[in-house]
Amino acid sequence: MTSLKPHFDQQGVATGGRKSHREKIRISDLHAFYGESHILHGIDLRVQQGELVTLLGRNGSGRSTTLRAIMNMVGRRSGSIVVNGTETIGLPPHRIAHLGLGYCPEERGIFSSLNVEENLLLPPQVRSDGMSVEELYEMFPNLHERRYSQGTRLSGGEQQMLALARILRTGANILLLDEITEGLAPVIVQKLGEVLVRLKQRGLTILLVEQNFRFAAPIADRHYVMEHGHIVEEVAANELEAKTELLNTYLGV
Amino acid sequence: MATFLGINLFGLFGQLLVGLINGSFYALLSLGLAIIFGLLKIINFAQGAMYMLGAFGAWLALNHLGINYWAALVLVPLAVGAIGILLERVLVRPIAHEDHLYSLLLTFGIALMLQGLFTHLFGSSGMPYAIPDELKGGTRLPFMYLPDYRAWIIVASAVVCGGTWWMIEKTRLGAYLRAGTENPQLMQAFGINVPLMVTLTFGFGVALAGFAGVMAAPVYSVSPEMGSNLLIVVFAIVVIGGMGSIGGAILTGLGMGIVEGLTKYFYPEASTTVIFLVMVIVLLLKPAGLFGKEA
Repeated sequence: MTSLKPHFDQQGVATGGRKSHREKIRISDLHAFYGESHILHGIDLRVQQGELVTLLGRNGSGRSTTLRAIMNMVGRRSGSIVVNGTETIGLPPHRIAHLGLGYCPEERGIFSSLNVEENLLLPPQVRSDGMSVEELYEMFPNLHERRYSQGTRLSGGEQQMLALARILRTGANILLLDEITEGLAPVIVQKLGEVLVRLKQRGLTILLVEQNFRFAAPIADRHYVMEHGHIVEEVAANELEAKTELLNTYLGV
Repeated sequence: MATFLGINLFGLFGQLLVGLINGSFYALLSLGLAIIFGLLKIINFAQGAMYMLGAFGAWLALNHLGINYWAALVLVPLAVGAIGILLERVLVRPIAHEDHLYSLLLTFGIALMLQGLFTHLFGSSGMPYAIPDELKGGTRLPFMYLPDYRAWIIVASAVVCGGTWWMIEKTRLGAYLRAGTENPQLMQAFGINVPLMVTLTFGFGVALAGFAGVMAAPVYSVSPEMGSNLLIVVFAIVVIGGMGSIGGAILTGLGMGIVEGLTKYFYPEASTTVIFLVMVIVLLLKPAGLFGKEA
């Protein structure tokens, strides 16, 4: 299946040539804490180059914390998080994005003191082959129309597109996306689904926290199910049908 | 004597000019405070002491190192900024995660110590600093005599304040600063070194006070108390303008200088209290300040 993305494969070989390069994220025995509360209890997960992997689970199961722990945005973390072949557990937060990570927070994090275009141009480039502003405006025409509006004046869907667009510009090839469909109209959810498929075709690696299983199921390669800060199940796309009942129990749908 | 509707125009314009000069200093100082507050969320009580350091820096540079006014105008703010960077790294940073009351007390303590040190070294009577030769003249305008140095203060302060505003509101660097003010954690996740940005911002805010100090040396006497006297008024101005806005800090500073100057002409008895009176009225009507965002 990786043969579908020759462009990025060549890049990987050309720049690193290391074996670990196919493995974009490898997390082993990750524990994370906010103050006194112990949120993640020994997470193990891996994401291969070009995969779209979801973290499923109920609210409070630790999915968002897993993404935040990867970005070193939690109070304290231990274990191992290897990104693009580099161990990051000891890295300060501002060094992590430069390994090729793009993070889209659940609350979207659009800056109200910046206009749309400033928001789009804000995150520094972390790799050289990010999408151009023109390309992004073509992908999200609404953002172009409203490029001089205050960032937070956009509708929820537009803000979500902006939050996504601004990390695509940085050239990040591993995307951590937290609940990008939350609270959005079906037509926008559908648009976001199309965008994710396009990104996957470009060879980007995506780790997606998602509540909306029907959105995630058709586009994801694998799913991890989380509960109480543990990963309790790993489900490949082709096992979905067989494990539907199990998933329903975990997700309570 | 030129009068209009019974108003002595010479007196009025004279006081307006004094108001503009004071307002220029208010603007520079409150701008520095606003920048520091925006990113660090601390109120830098040492801002007045940094202003005093700037004036003393100019005086020491001239009398001990032979560095003239123009060189001091560049070098002294850099030196004061460097002291600010050191302060932030060594003293402010370790308590940054505590309640902001601690950093307020810390900077207040630093201000008192610096003021005490300079009183001990130089006495409290104040030292003169000559106006640079190039700016010793003046221009006769229809209703007033405008000394060159006073005009220079207004122009230079406007350029520095305007430039700072432009840098923060219109450039990419400024976008980092604005975004960092809003959500520093997300900025880190984007790969921006926020701790470094905080240090440089503190240094820059303090350097603005140092710059104001050099500018002030030839017009006010160089004395250890010059900072604390000014700072009380500047804090009132910051309250009036509200902490939210860079442009607001500049405009309020200038505006309050003018209000003070006009009061000196029309009702001199109130000139030292008028700013506090405005502060009370603003607090009653718009607690977040004229340009502040309601919490």
